[in-house]
Amino acid sequence: MAATTSNAAFFNQLKKYYSFYTGGFVAFVIILAILEQMGLPPKWIGYIFLFATIALYAGIGIMSKTADVAEYYVAGRRVPALFNGMATGADWMSAASFIGMAGTLYAAGYDGLAFVMGWTGGYVLVALFLAPYLRKFGQFTIPDFLGARYGGHLPRTIGVLAAIICSFVYVVAQIYGVGLITSRFTGLEFGIGVYAGLLGILVCSFLGGMRAVTWTQVAQYIILIVAYMIPVVWLSVSITGNPIPQISYGQALQDVTAKEKELNDPTTTLGAAELTVRAIHKEKAAEWGDKLKALDAAVAAGNGAAFWAEQKAKAEAKLAEAKAAVPLDEKAVKAAQKAVDDFPKNIDKLKAKWKGSEKGAKDKSGNVPGHATAFSGKGAEKKLMKEAKEKGVEPTPEEIAKAKAEDVKASNDKRNNFIALVLCLMVGTASLPHILMRYYTTPSVREARQSVFWSLFFIFLLYFTAPALAVLAKYVVYHDLVGSSFASLPAWVANWQAVDDTLMKIVDMNKDGLIQLAEITIGGDLIVLATPEIAGLPYVISGLVAAGGLAAALSTADGLLLTIANALSHDVYYKMIDPNASTVRRLTISKMLLLVVAVVAAYTASLKPGDILFLVGAAFSLAASAFFPALVMGVFWKRANYLGAVIGMIAGLAVCMYYMFITYDFFGGVDANQWFAIKPIAAGVFGLPAGFLGVIIGSLLSPAPAKEIQELVDHVRYPSLEGDIETRAA
Amino acid sequence: MQLTDKHREYWSRNLNLTAVLLAIWFVVTFVVIWFAKELNDIVIAGFPFAFYMGAQGALIIYVVVIWFYAKRMNQLDKDYGVYEGEE
Repeated sequence: MAATTSNAAFFNQLKKYYSFYTGGFVAFVIILAILEQMGLPPKWIGYIFLFATIALYAGIGIMSKTADVAEYYVAGRRVPALFNGMATGADWMSAASFIGMAGTLYAAGYDGLAFVMGWTGGYVLVALFLAPYLRKFGQFTIPDFLGARYGGHLPRTIGVLAAIICSFVYVVAQIYGVGLITSRFTGLEFGIGVYAGLLGILVCSFLGGMRAVTWTQVAQYIILIVAYMIPVVWLSVSITGNPIPQISYGQALQDVTAKEKELNDPTTTLGAAELTVRAIHKEKAAEWGDKLKALDAAVAAGNGAAFWAEQKAKAEAKLAEAKAAVPLDEKAVKAAQKAVDDFPKNIDKLKAKWKGSEKGAKDKSGNVPGHATAFSGKGAEKKLMKEAKEKGVEPTPEEIAKAKAEDVKASNDKRNNFIALVLCLMVGTASLPHILMRYYTTPSVREARQSVFWSLFFIFLLYFTAPALAVLAKYVVYHDLVGSSFASLPAWVANWQAVDDTLMKIVDMNKDGLIQLAEITIGGDLIVLATPEIAGLPYVISGLVAAGGLAAALSTADGLLLTIANALSHDVYYKMIDPNASTVRRLTISKMLLLVVAVVAAYTASLKPGDILFLVGAAFSLAASAFFPALVMGVFWKRANYLGAVIGMIAGLAVCMYYMFITYDFFGGVDANQWFAIKPIAAGVFGLPAGFLGVIIGSLLSPAPAKEIQELVDHVRYPSLEGDIETRAA
Repeated sequence: MQLTDKHREYWSRNLNLTAVLLAIWFVVTFVVIWFAKELNDIVIAGFPFAFYMGAQGALIIYVVVIWFYAKRMNQLDKDYGVYEGEE
């Protein structure tokens, strides 16, 4: 009973601390807002936000320093469900969720919802299949469970390898995000921003391990959710007069849909103007197509390198020309300089870049896709009818049927890919070690179950707001930009265009002085970053949003780094190399590894590896294929054994990696190798069944596991049993 | 450690609950996506149905499913005497 009161007291104490903290943070923002009114320059606000929040995290990190193994690895197993939920929310929501999600939805409409569903629905699997059982098992890492359940070193080793692969690609992406945010809001160079961010990550996790990371993540969650909500609510009020964006955006969506129809209708003024711009894009697409043909011909003739050198020389010549021009056009010089600096490093990269340009132009030469429309076909039938009408001939029924079939196939392929991606993201969510690890930290099985609910609830708050933000932003673009004059661009457009033209670019292509939708290029990250300005909020809110993005990236990076370092120090060093190592030695090794992994990850991020988004998606497919079958069967099928786990995990990983290898162009794969037209990012859809089959076949081929193992399964199934065995690590 | 019939009943009720909730998860996710084009013709308060499910409806149901599972299982623990005492 004494423990009950102490747990309750701890919970109340935490509630008090974090309420006080939230109040303090709000006061801090208000003071900054007042200072801004008094003339504090925006740059200073950016600096103050950056350093104040990092100092805050460092403070929590130092206060939570520990030399106790259970505190270091699992925060002493006394994190209440509610707070573990917040920490999981921050751990889960990365820079991509915070900054990129709304932009993806803006660009892709319904088809982008795969991420919203995939990244939330996975928690149903965590709740039903994993969290309570892992909590009852109660050790330190996910490979711990594989090691104990299946015996031998091999399942644990494969688990460690898979955990490191998925977490490492993911953490590189996070540190990359930290570098971007830091450099954008302080003007520091990207490389320096990465290392500054690294410091912010290490001060949290280095001294206190999981304990420090948990309490900082709670603090980071509060900042990130406040930062996300304020601008969206404000925008919603200013557009619809309703402060609940999740309800009000239905009205905006109807408006957007009506506007889309108008823009696609050549008989309206707006539609006719769009048509002229689309024609220009069509020509551009054709130009890129010709260039690509020349490139392919050169490669086929074995002159790829020469062709690349020739193109590079052209870019350099252009720069020299711009520099020599009288009068000097600084903008042109800058653009030419950038073209030379960013020139693709080899012929393959050049081809990829040109392909991207061709696709961009092609996309803009067609109709505006409906925001809420699911799986639109490629418009082959419409195109056929239009061309026939221009030529004045009637298409034959065969031609129509063929075009219709093409449309149906394109639409079905989109649907199948959507389903495959949702499945991979969901199962991947339920397999990523840095998330599962969090459920070791609650005081009981009961709280582990509740904690999954709180986790999803806190994640849900952001994810069910993102689709509303995307629609509201679209509303603003359709109403305030499209059809208005270039002479009167809103201030936020001009600002962002000056900051980074990949985020916002408007060019009067048809020279009519008016803005057409096809003349606007918006980068995905812009939506969240520019919302405060679009809604007419002061700069301090922009600083707050940056701090929120930073909190999202830092918290995720912390959780991932800890996972990797723990897998190496606990599973490899302590469990396999030196089981007699002293506590002090274990923690020292753990901290050293944390440092090494962090530096290696930061170094990798500072090289700006391309395809980072693909790699993040790949982490989910890999985790799903490697872990999910072995983990779930380990609890739900007593017969599953050593051989099954080994074969299942290897088969899952192998199939998943093989599929990525043969279909993803980064590895030299081609689309023609695809199975059922599934894209490489959803490779887990093949790895997952391979993993399950592997576990089943391997287990049935070899004898049932020993009695002790079967008892272990009973042990994890029941929160409490009489005469129960003990698996918890101290 | 010997499992009693009561223990087995607890486990089978857990499996039933898990199966039912998983079926709900499956329907609101995959069945709705499969018929998304057709379901989008139904418009409620400005929202095409499949779009709303993907953006918000399914998410709300996920949260409720997990909430219900936690509540129900914690009750089952008590009913079947496998409830953990406070540590």
